[in-house]
Amino acid sequence: MIEVKNLHKSFGEVKAVDGVSFTARDGEITGLLGPNGAGKTTTLRMLYTLMKPDSGQVLVDGMDAAVDPVAVRRVLGVLPDARGLYKRLTARENIEYFAQLHGVETAMMHQRREKLADALEMRDILDRRTEGFSQGQRVKTAIARALVHDPKNVILDEPTNGLDVMSTRSMRAFLKAMKAEGRCVLFSSHIMQEVAALCDRIVVIAHGRVVADETPDALRAQTGETNLEDAFVKIIGSEEGLAA
Amino acid sequence: MNATLTVWWKEIRENLRDKRTVMSALIYAPLFGPIMFVVLINVQINREMAKAEGPLKVPVIGAQYAPNLIEALKQLGLQPQPAIADPENAVRHRDTDVVLRIPASYGKAWNTGEPAQVELIYDASQMGTDTPRERLQSMLKSYVSEQGALRLLARGLSPSIATPVVVSERDQSTPQSRAGLLFGFLPYFFVIAIYIGGMYLAIDLTAGERERKSLEPLFANPVARWRILLGKLGAIGVFSFISLLLCVIGFSIAGHFMPAEKLGMSFDLGAAFVGQALLLELPLLALFAVGQTLIAAFAKTYREAQTYLGFLMILPAVPSMLMSFMPVKPAPWMYAVPLLGQQLGISQLLRGGSVGMSEIGIALVCGFAVAFLIGLLTAHVYRSERLAISG
Repeated sequence: MIEVKNLHKSFGEVKAVDGVSFTARDGEITGLLGPNGAGKTTTLRMLYTLMKPDSGQVLVDGMDAAVDPVAVRRVLGVLPDARGLYKRLTARENIEYFAQLHGVETAMMHQRREKLADALEMRDILDRRTEGFSQGQRVKTAIARALVHDPKNVILDEPTNGLDVMSTRSMRAFLKAMKAEGRCVLFSSHIMQEVAALCDRIVVIAHGRVVADETPDALRAQTGETNLEDAFVKIIGSEEGLAA
Repeated sequence: MNATLTVWWKEIRENLRDKRTVMSALIYAPLFGPIMFVVLINVQINREMAKAEGPLKVPVIGAQYAPNLIEALKQLGLQPQPAIADPENAVRHRDTDVVLRIPASYGKAWNTGEPAQVELIYDASQMGTDTPRERLQSMLKSYVSEQGALRLLARGLSPSIATPVVVSERDQSTPQSRAGLLFGFLPYFFVIAIYIGGMYLAIDLTAGERERKSLEPLFANPVARWRILLGKLGAIGVFSFISLLLCVIGFSIAGHFMPAEKLGMSFDLGAAFVGQALLLELPLLALFAVGQTLIAAFAKTYREAQTYLGFLMILPAVPSMLMSFMPVKPAPWMYAVPLLGQQLGISQLLRGGSVGMSEIGIALVCGFAVAFLIGLLTAHVYRSERLAISG
C-alpha cells in the first residue's frame, strides 16, 4: 500500500507538486491521470525516493520514505520515466543485474525471470543484446527487471508510452494480472481510455494538485457526465494535454 | 552478492564488450608511450652514432691554401668535400651541417707566424649540427696544439710552458643516471596510461549512464548510492590499473631494445623497478577515478564530459614539465604532493637511486588521503537529486 500525504515540491519558482495526497491500495490498480506537465512524474519520483519532497510524507507499506528510503525501495518495483537499458548487455543480463542489486538468490532469480519472460512474452529476445530493441521490447525488458524481485508495490510511469496497439493490449493484461496477484499497482497516464479501462481508482492531477480521487463510476456521478472523457475535461478545466 | 561487487562486475563485463573503451584503455593508452619511446630514441641514437663515429664529411673552401692542415685533418677522420658556392645559405637550409673556409691569407699569416684564421660556418639553431661541429672543432684544436708545441720545441722551449693550467673533468654521473635524463618524461607516460585507461569508463559510468537514461532506474534499486559509486570507482580502477601495468611492462620490455650502452648509459627496468613504480602510482589510480567521476557527474552528456576530461589531461603533465624546465632538489615533503611525488620517485628509480620505504609510505598515505577527500565530494554530488535526472 502506498500512502501519499500532502506532497510539495518546487523547482525554483515552479511549484511542480503542490499538495498531492492519495492512497493506492493492495489488490487495486490506481491510475494517476493528468495532462503532460501536471506533476505526475515528479510525484512518482518522490514515491520511489529519487527526489525528496519539500514537505509532506510518503508511506509505503507503512514505512516512511524519508526515514528509510532503502527499505522503501526494497518493496517497490519501479518503471521510471527513464527506461535506459544497458545496450551492451543482453535482456537477460539486464534483468539479472537488477535482481542481484535487490539481493535476490540465484535460484529464485532464474525462476522469476522465466515467469516474467512468459508473462511479458519476451522469450525470443532474452539472449539478444538490447541495442537495437524496439520500443516495445525495451519496455518489456525494463518492466521485467523492475519486477524481478517480486515487489508488493508496483509503480509505472506511463507504461504504455510509445507502444503499438498489440504491446499496449498485452501491457494492460499484465497490469490486470498483477492486480489479481494482490499487488498494489500505481501507474501514471495521460490517456483517458487506458485509465478508464483499467483502474479501480482514478487520481486526477492538474497543475500539481489532486483535482479528483474517485472510482470511475463516482467520477461520472460527481461531474454529472456519463462519458468519462467529458468528465475529465470538466474536472481539469481544459482539454489541454489530454489524449483520447 | 554484495551490491558494490555486483555493480563492479557488471561495469567491467559491460565495458569489456565496448571496442572503443578496450582499445583506448588496454591498447592505445598503455602502449603508445613505450612504442613511441623505442622508435624515437632508436632513431635519435642511431643518427647521433652515425655522426659521431663515421667519417666526417665537410665541404672545405680554399683547401688549396692550407694543404698541411687538410692533410692533418684527414688523418683525424675528415673527408673534405668540394667547395660550395654559398656556404652561409647552405647551412641555413641544412644542405650541410658545417662548412670549413680557409681564406687566401692563410698561408701568408702562417709563414709570418701570425695566427692564421680559418672559419667554421654553421647554424647553431639547427638541430643535430652540434656533433659534427664539435668534432671538427676538436680536430682543429688538436692540430693547433700540436703545431703550437712544435713551434715551442723549435725554439728550445717546453710545450708545457703554454699550458699553465690543466683542467681535469670528474663527471660524477653514472651510466644509469645519464639514462635517467633520457627517461625524464617516462613518469608522465605512466600517469597518462592511468588517466586514459580509466577515462572512458569514468565518462561512460556516470555521464554516459545519465545520457542513456539508465541512472534513474539504477538508483531506484534498494542500494545506497555510495555503494553504487564505490562499485563504479572499482571498475574504473581495474581498467586504469591494467593500463598502467601494461605500460610499465611495456617500458620494461622496451628497455631491451634500447642501444643505451652505446651512449654510455645503462638502465634497469627489471622486476624491482616495475614493482616499486606500480606501488608508487597506486594512489593516482584512486585519485583519477574519483576526480574523473566527479567531473563526469557535472557533465550532462558523454561528449561534454569527454571535452572536460580532455582538457584536464594537461594537469598531470605539470610536475613533469616543471621538473624538466627548472631542476629542483628533491625534498621529502615533495613525496606528499600527488603527481609530484610520483614524478620524483620514478625519476629517482630511473637514475639508479633508491626510494626509501618512508618516502613511498608518505606518497601512499597522502595520495590516498587526497583521493578520499575528493571521493567524499564525489559521493556528495552522487547523492544530489539532479544527478539521476536525464532530461
